[in-house]
Amino acid sequence: MKRTIKAAALTVTGTVALAGCTSTGAATSDSGLSVVAFSVMETANADVYDAFAATDAGADVTFTPSYGASGDQSRAVVAGADADVVHFSLETDVTRLVDEGLVAEDWKETPTSGIATSSVVVLVVREGNPLGITGWDDLVDPGVEVVTPNPGSSGAARWNMLAAWAHVAGNGGSDAEAKQFVADLLAHTPVLPASGREATSAFVEGDQDVLLSYENEAILAKQNGEAIDYVVPDDTLLIENPAAVTVGSGDGAREFLDFMESAPAQELYAGFGFRPVAGVDGVELPAVEGANDPADPFPAPRHLFTIDADFGGWGAAAEKFFADGEDGEPLGVIPALIEASGAEAAE
Amino acid sequence: MVELTTPVRWLLRLVAVGYVLLLVAWPVSTVVREAFADGVGPVLDLLADPHVVHALSLTAQVAVQAVLINLVFGVTISILLVRHEFPGKRVLSALIDLPMAVSPVVVGLALLLIYNGRTGWFGPTLESWGFQVIFSGPGMIMATCFVALPLVIREVVPVLTEIGDEQEQAARSLGANTRQTFWRITLPSIKWAVVYGVVLSLARSLGEFGAVKIVSGNVVDRTQTATLLVETQYQGFQQSSAYAVSFVLAFASVLCIVVVSILRPKEKH
Amino acid sequence: MSAATLEAPPGAPPRGRPRSRRPRTTLTTGSSIGLGIAVTWFSLLVLIPLAAIVVTAGERGWAGYWDTVTSPQTLAAVRLTVGQALLVTGVNVVMGTVIAWVLVRDRFWGRAVLDVVIDIPFALPTIVAGLVLLGLYGPSSPLGLDWAYSERAVALALAFVTLPFVVRTVQPVLGELEPDAEEAAASLGANRRTILRRVVLPALVPAIAAGAVLSFARAIAEYGSLVLLSGNRPFQTEVVSVRVLTHVENGSTASAAAVASLMLGVALVVIVGLDLVQRRVSRRG
Repeated sequence: MKRTIKAAALTVTGTVALAGCTSTGAATSDSGLSVVAFSVMETANADVYDAFAATDAGADVTFTPSYGASGDQSRAVVAGADADVVHFSLETDVTRLVDEGLVAEDWKETPTSGIATSSVVVLVVREGNPLGITGWDDLVDPGVEVVTPNPGSSGAARWNMLAAWAHVAGNGGSDAEAKQFVADLLAHTPVLPASGREATSAFVEGDQDVLLSYENEAILAKQNGEAIDYVVPDDTLLIENPAAVTVGSGDGAREFLDFMESAPAQELYAGFGFRPVAGVDGVELPAVEGANDPADPFPAPRHLFTIDADFGGWGAAAEKFFADGEDGEPLGVIPALIEASGAEAAE
Repeated sequence: MVELTTPVRWLLRLVAVGYVLLLVAWPVSTVVREAFADGVGPVLDLLADPHVVHALSLTAQVAVQAVLINLVFGVTISILLVRHEFPGKRVLSALIDLPMAVSPVVVGLALLLIYNGRTGWFGPTLESWGFQVIFSGPGMIMATCFVALPLVIREVVPVLTEIGDEQEQAARSLGANTRQTFWRITLPSIKWAVVYGVVLSLARSLGEFGAVKIVSGNVVDRTQTATLLVETQYQGFQQSSAYAVSFVLAFASVLCIVVVSILRPKEKH
Repeated sequence: MSAATLEAPPGAPPRGRPRSRRPRTTLTTGSSIGLGIAVTWFSLLVLIPLAAIVVTAGERGWAGYWDTVTSPQTLAAVRLTVGQALLVTGVNVVMGTVIAWVLVRDRFWGRAVLDVVIDIPFALPTIVAGLVLLGLYGPSSPLGLDWAYSERAVALALAFVTLPFVVRTVQPVLGELEPDAEEAAASLGANRRTILRRVVLPALVPAIAAGAVLSFARAIAEYGSLVLLSGNRPFQTEVVSVRVLTHVENGSTASAAAVASLMLGVALVVIVGLDLVQRRVSRRG
């Protein structure tokens, strides 16, 4: 018996060792466009790749995609990861590449101003909305627990924080009042996961009351049978995910980017809960399973704030709100609030 | 030998088994339960997915290569540390343990700082020679080697110390050269320590997550290992697939451990 | 462990002939080459990358380094990490010894299974460990416990991943203990407790210490299992590895390296400390 086990173990080891001696991981991707995108795009892009391959421009194109947290992906490209087309959660991740000379400075000169997908910040609640959450003010009611990712490490979190800020500042409140609101919100947040995806997991597995998330993330979760609902508040922030081609990208990169920003692709993205991007004509919305109302999946909120109109663009917003206090610049509003809330809670 | 009273003996058994049960056995059985919640068929389907197959085979390749490197390095260093004297020996033996205390995040960051292709200390030079480390196989293998480095050495050194070098000296006095002594005397005497160290290394390598996450780039079907796939799937609402892959990883490691413990000659107490 | 066991393992039969003056080097050409290659590989893999951490940490000068390392959030993370690691190590010292005892000196049905289960925390990917612990001890826990997103979650995850360390260092030593000393003590009239306290335990202390050091070192470095379980709330449930990662993701590589270098320092102190303790103990023994 022992002999047999020994012989079997040796054979298996030998086979695996032989297989293991083959090279691992390709150093360069000669074939295929390298698409580096943020994690949410993984499911949606599969269909878009197929649709592109069916067009003339995409006839011979294959794809080697990589998905991960937006900031991680951006930093990976800076560190040398292959990328022909990049698609990130927020503009500062593209700006980082522009600063390194990896993306041309005129990347925004497209019909959609460089944006490939968009969504809005929504409040995700338990199925049936047991607490009757209708808007931002309900989040700071006593006993309500909120989940939002950590703005320090998550692009998604930055949209959430700015949406919360805009709820007060955009409706006539002062900076001080907005600060107070965000501070209150943070006091109701027991968990700050590192990424949007982790926040969704934490909410689904946990027992908090509200998750701040993208509308498309909520729709995707419902499509996958998670027991949640979502509320589009009266006033919220427009989320715009930029995409660009890199300097020296391969053939087909530009064509794929143009395809992403065209009506057929936007319709496919809509099926996964993304709102069609401004600047694209002729988009016919399909019935979106998982949306609150599949026939009218993207109701317009009464007030839709945007980064450009209400915050002066991402450059200014990132500095004012999310600066990390290194190199002598003052700490951004949000990190300061997080530090303060943590310090208070720890006492 | 001191004999404990029966009640004390039972108490100790209860405490030991209870602790391990609550802390390890029961949580881990969750993997099995969740993976096979809908029966064996769906699990096999999930595992037949091409992305899953590629991730698992990539993990196996990276783990095997890392284990082989650590095996050679481990046995060499062990023999050098135990059977030889040289300046700096104490320092080296202390440093060998360092990888166990380094967080995977730091491992990834450290390797990234040195070997990344644009701003690393060595990276750009290596890439100009055509040798890409970060975001490619070699980087993943190095990260895995790093975290599992001390494991073989920790098993072999005590045994080498214990058995003494009388046999080797005898062999040498009979005219055997270094190579013969090594292959015929030293290696067979540490055989089981080496095997156990290899098995632990393999288990650790199969399960490595944090360090590989930073250096691999997570490119689907290229540099996405099984653990990275588990994270992506779990967060992509594909929990059952995540559990299925986790089960495969855990099962492989546990199987190795079990096989070794069956084959190892029983120690005398 | 390799440093700890360069001396003859405690409790082992004494070596044949006394050690004479150690020659400065006994390397032959062959072994020198082997040493050279091994050290080169070790440098390329471990030493140089870790040196890069230290160098990068100093990129913003001493003032910048000090600011990062003494920032309240970092200190809170260090306090949490070290505190929980010490707590868990204490638990491991007790439980590890008990488990080792049960494995070595007891015989009961299922002992072999217990032996294998001890190694599972090694085998399980840390992210999976976090998943399953969350399932059992988090909000949807069948036990009615909800330890997720609290300090207890950190302790739980650390206890899980460090379980094997003390057990595996104590087990062989316990197995090698000669019965003579215990029997002699018994024949001199010592009762069980005295024998355990004065004969068995002291022989185990070096092994327990070695295991404790490894357990502590592993605990302060843990990351994967804490990602889902601890909530990462700054000042409350944020451990040092998560702090480092946050700095990296903020683009502040220098700060990340600064905090990482702090923990490297702690690890080095702990490992060197063990080496010294072992040397003193073996010399006395």
